[in-house]
Amino acid sequence: MDWSASLQGLVGGVLIGLSAVWLMATLGRIAGISGIVGSLVTTLPKGDSAWRVAFVLGLISGPLLLMLTGGGLGNVAGEPGEVVGQPAGGVGLMLVAGLLVGVGTGLGSGCTSGHGVCGLARLSPRSMVATATFLACAIVTVYVVRHVIGGGA
Amino acid sequence: MKTVMGYIAGLLFGLGLALAGMTDPARVLGFLDLFGAWDPTLMFVLGGAVVTTFIGYRVVFRRERPMLGETFQLPTRQDLDGRLIGGAALFGIGWGLSGYCPGPAIASIAGLTAPLFAMLVAMVAGWFLARAFPARG
Repeated sequence: MDWSASLQGLVGGVLIGLSAVWLMATLGRIAGISGIVGSLVTTLPKGDSAWRVAFVLGLISGPLLLMLTGGGLGNVAGEPGEVVGQPAGGVGLMLVAGLLVGVGTGLGSGCTSGHGVCGLARLSPRSMVATATFLACAIVTVYVVRHVIGGGA
Repeated sequence: MKTVMGYIAGLLFGLGLALAGMTDPARVLGFLDLFGAWDPTLMFVLGGAVVTTFIGYRVVFRRERPMLGETFQLPTRQDLDGRLIGGAALFGIGWGLSGYCPGPAIASIAGLTAPLFAMLVAMVAGWFLARAFPARG
């Protein structure tokens, strides 16, 4: 097992948790990415959308900051010094995947952050079911793609 | 002031994702590949995030209200319906195909490629599409 990657993952996870706690402590909001960004793009701008825009800018500047330091703060992407990894497939596959992620998180009222982090931390039954469902479906999908269709690659 | 707080939250989130390797779809898919060369990193990411939030929320909720808001805006629904479960299932399939959930996909804009751009456009289209579904399924 790669302990340095695990430790790094733990540090990253704690930062994500601190972000969720910070947003709740200051603005009283759940740090759900699909909710924050989804409501920003699908509804007309209201007086309350500036913090959402700022959140997205912060979200993008996190990896950018690491890239500017040459990944020197340490990250665990595939290549040393690489922060943002390569997409798993071409434009066609990503169009399908993106649509599923958009429709799915829209219908299911949340993604890995809203249900998987904030919801589990609140012990919400809906989030527990949603998280178990999307994890199981993702694991089955990867199994089928890699070991059934991909012939064990 | 709310804008500054939002930016700080986003920055912490983006830094956390990048440090944890979540902005690399290969690492995420490695975690989801339970029956292949399994990579446990994401378990530590989720674990660290949930435990931190669990403890932090308990401290935060001792106050009557957030520092810069009227109330804590929390989901109140408890019921399990087809919309929640069906939505989560579709999302899981999309996550398994791409290795991207919404956070890392948006955070990776700094290294934008044509496939990632396609993913983001389709994701936004999906959010609009989801709003067209009847409110309760």
